[in-house]
Amino acid sequence: MTTVSEHAPNPAAGDPSRPIGFGRIQRKEDPRFVRGRGNYVDDIVLPGMLHGAILRAPVAHARLLSIDASEALAHPKVVAVITGKDLEALNLAWAPTLSADVQAVLVTDKVRFQGQEVAFVVAEDRYAARDALELINVDYEFLPPVIDARKALDDGAPVIRDDLPGRTDNHIFDWEAGDAAETDAIFASADVVVAQELVYPRVHPAPMETCGAVADYDTVDGRLTLYETTQAPHAHRTLYAMVAGIPEHKIRVVSPDIGGGFGNKVGIYPGYILAVVGSIVTGKPVKWVEDRSENLMSTSFARDYIMQGEIAATKEGRILALRTNVLADHGAFNATAQPTKNPAGFFHIFTGSYDLAAAHCKVTGVYTNKAPGGVAYACSFRVTEAVYLVERMVDILARKLEMDPAELRLKNFIKPEQFPYANKTGWVYDSGNYEPAMRLSMEMAGYDELRREQKEKRERGELMGIGISFFTETVGAGPRKHFDIVGLGMADGAELRIHPTGKAVVRISVQSQGQGHETTFAQIVAEELGIPPEDIDVVHGDTDQTPFGLGTYGSRSTPVSGGAVAMVSRKVRDKARFIAAAMLETRAEDLEWEKGRWFVKGDPSAGKTISEIALGAHGTLTLPDGVDGNLDAEVTYDPPNLTFPFGAYICVVDIDPGTGHVKVRRFIAVDDCGTRINPMIIEGQVHGGLTDGVGMALMEMISFDEDGNCLSGSFMDYLIPTAMEVPDWETGFTVTPSPHHPIGAKGIGESATVGSPPAVVNAIVDALAPYGVTHMDMPCTPARVWEAMQGRTRPPV
Amino acid sequence: MASSKTITVEVDDVRYTDDVEPRLLLVQYLRERLGKTGTLVGCDTTNCGACTVHLDGVSVKSCTMLAVQADGHKVTTIEGMAQDGKLAPLQEAFHQCHALQCGFCTPGMIMQSASLLKENPHPTEAEIRDGLEGNLCRCTGYQNIVAAVKSVADGTVYDDSGVSTTAGETETAGVS
Repeated sequence: MTTVSEHAPNPAAGDPSRPIGFGRIQRKEDPRFVRGRGNYVDDIVLPGMLHGAILRAPVAHARLLSIDASEALAHPKVVAVITGKDLEALNLAWAPTLSADVQAVLVTDKVRFQGQEVAFVVAEDRYAARDALELINVDYEFLPPVIDARKALDDGAPVIRDDLPGRTDNHIFDWEAGDAAETDAIFASADVVVAQELVYPRVHPAPMETCGAVADYDTVDGRLTLYETTQAPHAHRTLYAMVAGIPEHKIRVVSPDIGGGFGNKVGIYPGYILAVVGSIVTGKPVKWVEDRSENLMSTSFARDYIMQGEIAATKEGRILALRTNVLADHGAFNATAQPTKNPAGFFHIFTGSYDLAAAHCKVTGVYTNKAPGGVAYACSFRVTEAVYLVERMVDILARKLEMDPAELRLKNFIKPEQFPYANKTGWVYDSGNYEPAMRLSMEMAGYDELRREQKEKRERGELMGIGISFFTETVGAGPRKHFDIVGLGMADGAELRIHPTGKAVVRISVQSQGQGHETTFAQIVAEELGIPPEDIDVVHGDTDQTPFGLGTYGSRSTPVSGGAVAMVSRKVRDKARFIAAAMLETRAEDLEWEKGRWFVKGDPSAGKTISEIALGAHGTLTLPDGVDGNLDAEVTYDPPNLTFPFGAYICVVDIDPGTGHVKVRRFIAVDDCGTRINPMIIEGQVHGGLTDGVGMALMEMISFDEDGNCLSGSFMDYLIPTAMEVPDWETGFTVTPSPHHPIGAKGIGESATVGSPPAVVNAIVDALAPYGVTHMDMPCTPARVWEAMQGRTRPPV
Repeated sequence: MASSKTITVEVDDVRYTDDVEPRLLLVQYLRERLGKTGTLVGCDTTNCGACTVHLDGVSVKSCTMLAVQADGHKVTTIEGMAQDGKLAPLQEAFHQCHALQCGFCTPGMIMQSASLLKENPHPTEAEIRDGLEGNLCRCTGYQNIVAAVKSVADGTVYDDSGVSTTAGETETAGVS
């Protein structure tokens, strides 16, 4: 494979603000989905397939004394019961996580969170498998749990990870970025310093489809086929090879249609491994599909950062510095998905959109008796937390300075001429033009009019709030020199094949979970080669059929894989030039490209379309030396930097003073993700992300009682917005292309989830200003808002 | 399976007679016995509506009904919506309005929307949102779903002038 690191300009590029490849076209994915003809994991049925179910721990912390599975095994439909002891014999009781920790596949020594996997039943149907769970008897010795992260490092706190050699406490890591001394010096002499503790509570991505797998191990040739809900099939294949000892060329991981991922489906869960073990043990395919409560209780949570934020400024409102200490609750196993060198992800983008003199952050990770996770739910590797921190702190500063929050932001933005901009914690922002986006958002909102309305309403005792969030994202990990997942560099491959009749297939290493890749990646090829999108098939998700790459999360598909697809198209275009020259009996240098066609300079009538060139490439034409037949190419794209999309969001809320109920009346979202491939799909991504953000701000939370019982393990208690809780979204955009990206495009998928929660909370706090409220933590439920209005401490959720 | 019952159900215009355990949920009967995997399961507490089908023309959550309760009734799933290869207006509208992304809520959402429009052929936006409250979606933020239902109610579904491509369009900055 060729590694392409040079960034040839796109000769077809004209106006950078023009959408790519026919722009707002409808999706190729839709026809099967609207007919119920998608193919999700639980739709898969294989001959002789058995069903697995997991027995889960009823408590958060307990020593496992014994498991008696004899009654379950006597059930006429039960084929196997697998326990931790069985896995120990296979050396599979523990599996490596994406954070250089290990995670129990099945409990061997003790339970470390409620809902943890204890035993696996394989039966002839899913009802029998569930019946048999009731027949397994387990003895536990209960241990005191650690639930509050603030107490995890106390002297005498129970040691959760006594499986780790020499481990005597619950500390996982300390990580810092920026210059502490420089930052402290600025704080010491600043006119104004404001501090606030901000809790970003534990939430859950809760994709509509839960996690599941169908494992099919062929005992004759030792080949494993694994259909999985995975966002990163190639990385999974490599990890299975490393863990299970099955040679990688004999493992095929297939990620079929996925019913939403949202970061929930990046890592490897015990259930996947158990399906594989079940198939190896029984010699038959084994399906495992979790139910919603299992998904919420045991798969990757998101957030759970307790942040001590501080901001320093001059009295005129020049923001000077930010610093923060973060306590990160990682649950019982550190399974957080992020690049190896970044245990706190990209949290150090917390300097935001502002030109600061100094910044410093320190993050401390701790174990608690809860499910593992942390990085999920459209966080872009902790950018949600970073943006929430800076955008809340700027708002709190605005209140302190008695300045309008929009004005304070406008005053402190990084200026367009400062890009590429090196911030104080090691990032180089690629491009940005913040003020026009902010102005557009304010204009769409009718900002001044809203403030007038608010003033009038306040005089009448009505509670109306206006919240602003201006964010800078960092997406598209990343340059392989700096970013890897368990040692695998974060580059992405692409292969493009043009058939003799001019139809094309492009194989990509990333995996859609609804983001429309089958449509938009065809559009990139269409733009580069002039082939209509309907003549281009996009293949993804099958490791036997696609080039190696790291998968879809962190909004990295467009920045990395999109770059790969543009570059592979250009490689084909360059090859087509030589073939066209042979066909036209001229020299390649004499040809000029117009979309879809090479023609003779000065004689536009003499030319060959890509379709004609494809036929020539597969024909009997004598080709110049060094040019082989056919019209195919492959590349691995190693991006030179991440992309830094940004946005200006304004939220308007009305609060019922009697009940504390928050109504999001309007939400204005201006996003800039550089060149826009398909504006229709971008808008859909933004609508979805804004709904996540409103959900997190108002209602979503995974909470626990002091014994470690998960109190929100179903959709009865883990509330996500319905059509009733969200407004009609108002979206706008500006276009500031990424200078280093082959088509100028930046990622966008997570921007709205990242950017919207602080806008909602800022609006709520703004509405409650007459009550003297300066901050409240999410979720801003009616009970919490009402309590805040009473000047009381917050109730448990 | 001494306790099994024989049921006869008409599903998407085909009659099926099967022996089923009384505890078998309708959704699993449809999916596992009949292979009608268009109907999906998204939760275990009847909140999400991904399993919505029509029972004698009325929407029900098929995860919260037993197959035996469907005995003698007519069930329509998403797979019975297109007629003679032609998409039902709601299916077409969901496509045109980009009212789906991962597609997992889509079958249930379309079935519920059809039921809603049968009860109230010309709903307001608020009535549409209220009518879809039993169907959760994680991808779309609902707005385009509401637009799709509205376009069917307004009879504009086959007029795609408002939502389809304008090839080579130029957009610099603006309200979208």
